[in-house]
Amino acid sequence: MWLDILDRGYRPGTKLLFALIRLLSGQPLPDAAKVVFYRPDFYGTRAKEFTHEAMRGPSAWSVGDRELMAAYVSQVNECAFCVGAHTATARQACHDASRVAAVLTDLDSAPIEEPLRATLRMLGRLTREGKAGAEDMRQVLAAGASPEQVKDALAVCAAFNVTNRLADAFGFERLTPQGYEAGARHLLKRGYR
Amino acid sequence: MTGGHLPPVANKTEGIVPDEDDKQAAFRALADRVLNGEGQASARQRAGAFRNHGLAPPLAALIGKVADRPAQVTREDLAAARASGCTEDQLFELVICAAVGHSARLYEAGLSALAEATGEGSPGHVA
Repeated sequence: MWLDILDRGYRPGTKLLFALIRLLSGQPLPDAAKVVFYRPDFYGTRAKEFTHEAMRGPSAWSVGDRELMAAYVSQVNECAFCVGAHTATARQACHDASRVAAVLTDLDSAPIEEPLRATLRMLGRLTREGKAGAEDMRQVLAAGASPEQVKDALAVCAAFNVTNRLADAFGFERLTPQGYEAGARHLLKRGYR
Repeated sequence: MTGGHLPPVANKTEGIVPDEDDKQAAFRALADRVLNGEGQASARQRAGAFRNHGLAPPLAALIGKVADRPAQVTREDLAAARASGCTEDQLFELVICAAVGHSARLYEAGLSALAEATGEGSPGHVA
């Protein structure tokens, strides 16, 4: 972590909680989890609320599909920490490692449903170029995604464009494979709140 | 921008925005807080970071990277902003504002394009 306050600036009760989590999980608390505990009234409380709503709130997309979107957006942003975290979570949620790997290797040929493929393509363009037009959306709708699904996907995209930037700018430490797997289990059990 | 989906968050949010879903409302609450709530960076600086506009160097360089090329941010970019007089708490706030601001623009662009594609959101759709 590149700011000292994000390593050491927590209240005693929060430090105790971090120690307890480390003890129980056998893994240090990931920096992504730590950052929401720092002055939570500024960022963490509302960020958790929004991210949870986007990733676990009501949606026609499955949790696995949304985790895959998170991994894909993170890959477009070249955010190694978040790619690791959300490929692990998507793999566990989908019970299918090859599906996740295929999407991240070559979206066009990945064995996934057309509405999801078209949605990921649109999220990639929006994230990469910072814009999207009506034609992009017509293609997603023509592939079979509903307008509500597009809105839900845009919420996932917004959540991860925030998190990816904090990971890069605050220098989130990458985890071991075991650390990512443990984090993924937590995210599937408890969500983002 | 056609407006209406995530209206300007630089002002205090009042009332409920028509057609806004729970996800958009939760995002707006986050954006509204980082811009308009209490902070150690001035509201003007936070608005500048959110919009990626009007900040002085070297802060402008850091915030520009956070918004547009986040993978290229380095520890040195943060150190330079620190050396120019920002505290760590101010940098914490300003980096968050830059990240939320960029995402707000993406979210808005996507929702506007969707509204255009589905024939909703004609000009004047929302105040």
